[in-house]
Amino acid sequence: MFSSDQSCWFVRKVICWRAVASMAWSVLLLLPTTALFVLLSRFSLFHPILWMSECLSLLTSASAIFSFILLCGVVLMVGFFNLEYYTVVPSIACSKIALLGQVLHPRQFVHSLVHCIMGVVVAWCCAFTIGGRYRSLGHPCTQDESSSGPEMCLNEYHLVLLLAGAFIGYSHSLVGVVYNMNYVSFHTMQQYKYLRFKGALPLVVKASAVQALYCLRSFLLLYFFMGYAPRAWICKTLDLSINSSIHSLDSVSSLLDLSLLYHLWISGTFLLLTWYITVLLFRIFVTEVYSFPVQSTFTEDAHQCLPKVITGTQPMILKFLALQDLALLSQHSPSRRLEVFSLSQPGGHPHIWTALSKECLSLLSDLTERLVAHHDTVATNGRAKSQSTGSNKRSTTSSEGSVTSVGMEDMKTPRPSALIRTPGSVFLRSSVGAGLRTPLTTPFTPDLDSPFSSPALRRLTGPLEPQGALSPGFSSIQSPHVMRRGPKLWSASTDSQLNGSPPPSPGPAPSPSQAQLKPSFLVTFLQNRKDQLPEASSQALFADSQVHIWALQGLSHLVAASFSEDQYGIVQTTLPTILSTLLLLQEAVDRHFKLPHTSSKPGHCSCSMGDDSYKTLRFALRSTLKTAVYRITATFGGHLHAVQMSAEHRKRLQHFLEYKE
Amino acid sequence: MMCSLALFPPPLSGYGETSQYDESNTDPAVWFGDSHPLNLYFPGESLKPRSLQECSSKAAFRDHCETLYTRSAGAWRDAGLSGLLNEIANSSAEVPKWLEVSSSCVLALLRWVSSFHGSLFPHLTLSSEDMTAEFSQVLNWSDCAVRSFAWHPHTQKCAVSLLDDSIKIYNPKSANTPTLKHRLQHSVAALQWKPLCASTLAVACHNCLLVWHVDPTSFSTRPSSGCAQVLSHPGHSPVTSMAWSPNGSLLVSASPRDTAMLVWDVAVESCVPLYRVGGGGVTYLSWSPDGSRVLAATPSYLFRVWETRMWTCERWPCLKGRCQSGSWSPDGSRLLFSVQGETVIYALTFTDTPGMPLGMSGGPKAATVVADLSETTLNTPDGDMAVGGEIQSLAWDPTGERLAVLLKGDAEAGRPAMIAVFKTQINPAFKLLPCGFVHGETGTEPRLMQFNPNYKHGAQLTVCWSNGKITHVPFCFMSAGNPQPGLGGSPSPPLSQGRTADYANQTLYTELIS
Repeated sequence: MFSSDQSCWFVRKVICWRAVASMAWSVLLLLPTTALFVLLSRFSLFHPILWMSECLSLLTSASAIFSFILLCGVVLMVGFFNLEYYTVVPSIACSKIALLGQVLHPRQFVHSLVHCIMGVVVAWCCAFTIGGRYRSLGHPCTQDESSSGPEMCLNEYHLVLLLAGAFIGYSHSLVGVVYNMNYVSFHTMQQYKYLRFKGALPLVVKASAVQALYCLRSFLLLYFFMGYAPRAWICKTLDLSINSSIHSLDSVSSLLDLSLLYHLWISGTFLLLTWYITVLLFRIFVTEVYSFPVQSTFTEDAHQCLPKVITGTQPMILKFLALQDLALLSQHSPSRRLEVFSLSQPGGHPHIWTALSKECLSLLSDLTERLVAHHDTVATNGRAKSQSTGSNKRSTTSSEGSVTSVGMEDMKTPRPSALIRTPGSVFLRSSVGAGLRTPLTTPFTPDLDSPFSSPALRRLTGPLEPQGALSPGFSSIQSPHVMRRGPKLWSASTDSQLNGSPPPSPGPAPSPSQAQLKPSFLVTFLQNRKDQLPEASSQALFADSQVHIWALQGLSHLVAASFSEDQYGIVQTTLPTILSTLLLLQEAVDRHFKLPHTSSKPGHCSCSMGDDSYKTLRFALRSTLKTAVYRITATFGGHLHAVQMSAEHRKRLQHFLEYKE
Repeated sequence: MMCSLALFPPPLSGYGETSQYDESNTDPAVWFGDSHPLNLYFPGESLKPRSLQECSSKAAFRDHCETLYTRSAGAWRDAGLSGLLNEIANSSAEVPKWLEVSSSCVLALLRWVSSFHGSLFPHLTLSSEDMTAEFSQVLNWSDCAVRSFAWHPHTQKCAVSLLDDSIKIYNPKSANTPTLKHRLQHSVAALQWKPLCASTLAVACHNCLLVWHVDPTSFSTRPSSGCAQVLSHPGHSPVTSMAWSPNGSLLVSASPRDTAMLVWDVAVESCVPLYRVGGGGVTYLSWSPDGSRVLAATPSYLFRVWETRMWTCERWPCLKGRCQSGSWSPDGSRLLFSVQGETVIYALTFTDTPGMPLGMSGGPKAATVVADLSETTLNTPDGDMAVGGEIQSLAWDPTGERLAVLLKGDAEAGRPAMIAVFKTQINPAFKLLPCGFVHGETGTEPRLMQFNPNYKHGAQLTVCWSNGKITHVPFCFMSAGNPQPGLGGSPSPPLSQGRTADYANQTLYTELIS
């Protein structure tokens, strides 16, 4: 599974070791967690001494060691999945259907299946640990009528626990997709790993307890309605009979058994806690600062130096860590800054500074281009929309009809052609690297593997525009509200095939006539689901903006430091370019934030392990950008008047010099 | 050898309308400018303190019969667990006996525990308002017309927070003075402008931090509350102090009730709590101007110095009292602080390179006393005058040449609150020399002071007086280390360099001697 990364020294030497260290720590932490679980699961208020002695004897028994080894295996597996699925650039679904595509992706299917099985394994260990009525799947019983000797009956308590484990494992995987649990974010504040873990631990415990509660609620509902199916199936395959003298568990009264609920909840919490701790440790270890050498005396190490590493794209994590290191060295370490400002020994060229500044500037101007393109599309889009449907503006009705206008806008969207992402890129960090220079929006990922993005589907959704007017109810229900909302809901969609050009993907394309014969439910349904999630497009534009933030910080700190530290004046030569790049970006960001939905802050969901810091990256970028320009103007002051730049930029800079921005 | 107030030149008797600076005698370099455009006056009568108790309106409504469940839910929402228990214990008619008894027991237990906790940390028994007053850098914060004042770090602009919980922003270049009001803006304890930014102002309020974005080009006089970000964290109230990092990226905030210091990333409104055992809260924060360290004082006899690279801290237990105030030298290498109950100024010297974790490099081992401000009597033309006492706050000017010390004074003992000003020198050796006193019109006392970071001709101390006036006391000097670049073109103030020699033999504190 490492095929694409095998070549990179960094993944081999650093990332893998970090992952291994995090797994080792999670296995070590499994010990106290399990002990705590044993204590809590067998808790009895009235027999404290019996309780303690039972727990101790259980913890030292050989069977407990066996189940502990099983748990270790599960934790290692979770750690391996973390390493395999993590990404530093979140995949943001711009519409509900894209989200559905992510959930049904084969890669995600493997993830869900394995987590489901691991959930069963953990639940089995839990059942074994709790003991008593949960101990085994079958128990001997005598059916009163036949009385043909002892039979094996199904122990439904055990079954419920196993099913709950499977359900929680699956929902963990599912929620992980929806809330981007595989996204690894970097922190603004540097802290030691131990302190960071200690700070996050209470939150993780709380999150797992709350999440287990929610999962339990859904599971019980599901079991209440569907519980007979797995029960009958298990009985049939394992040839167990159902003890008719005991009530089955899918009734209200028996499901409200407090002891059962407590055991289910504590097992779910234990399961989620061990997994969350593994995720947390992985995040902490993998985002740890790595200090790259600025220059190397040996040529064979040259590819490990900061100027080389920062320009590469392949393992995304490498680029992120390199830029983080650049941002930190520019702020904190004068000696490494001196190396950046130094000249090459034979020749006297500022190679290091040139490479670093060039990469930072290209990242920033790339973001500028992306923002301008997005803004232009939105602008033309809105205009076209208002012209085409101006006649309908008067009528008012419920906003149910809004989906059509939105859907049609999607069709009209002209986009740059090179933005199609590779299949599976939503999940694969390796291919995310290729997508860095492109908008990362995947409102409708043209994913060849996904059943929802087949050419047939595109044909189905494509010719909707002529049909929209034909179908009853569509033409007359464009409310002004909808019109106003129209442009907002657009996103930088990458589904280029919708816009006239034939689908480049191989495969049988159904004839248009066939598609037009089925206007139908499916199309409407898909169009409904294609309703853009608000502000998702803006989030997607800034999905990788952590890189830009570090580039801005690194550049501005280096430029500010060059005022006193740059002996050869090498920074001065690039100063006009840097300033104009920053000002252009500032302009683009300002324009972007004038769009609707971009300024609204998303609410924080504090009780989940999903990291939603990517949702606010654009605000961080805006603030960092302004600070970066101010840092340069505050350091250089009036000297900036001597810098060559266009009149417009000079005017803009004057605002910064007078503190009027 | 240490400095004491006895070496100070005696203050002159007061005269004139604006603040009298007796500096004229002692520091000949003082420049009397024209009346400053930002000499402000807020008479206390015009400001009505807003009543804090919003729930006091409860009394105006008739009691309405609700079910126990509704009332319990409301009590849980308003006052948490203790409110819920209280509600259950008080409605004996509707709940079963056992529930009532058990909730009373739990309530009693909770009260006992909290009183025990309170006996460990006596400040926890104070009300929020009293707590802010106790730990504020402002003298008599509760009846002060001007509750907080902040100069913009880069441009001539200041924000003033008043007794009526409004904030006004003054800019000499525009006639427009925006007034900031917000629903949550109660009992403002501190204000600070964000560095490397034109428009962002952080406000430490009763139970949250507000971050205002005041567009400097806008003509609006009442920016809407939509311009303010609300940063709140459970258990973090009242906020008594906060500090922006000098590079403008982070904001730390402190509350005496919360043992954690919060480090905010303001743009994304997220915070990282930094917990450490001991102290019982954090009262005062000060970020060193070079950005490498943060002073965090606690209500107990302990303060911490955080290093901001990896956010580790070192503990500094004090013997006599809590740390009341502190001030960093411009290069971040020296910290002067004062301790409640003592009349001396201590200094800590950090020689290690910034950026290294504190434990690994040689920090200071003990604080040294650099000035003694115990009570002395000075002869003035009007008779003897008692000066000295405990220190309310310290302010060090951004060039590192003047140190202002706000002395609490004592009304019964006839010692007025005063500002004593020292001349300081950091390089090559740390020196502290007497400079003079600043006192106001008769009957007024200084409440709050801050140096103007944008004064070109030396240092300018802004003082808020008890009668609601804000005046600016300039100290003109040629900076020894780095001559001010702006001096060449501007009308040069009457500068003279002669008199410093008079006091040169009275060096209060130098490192070389001590």
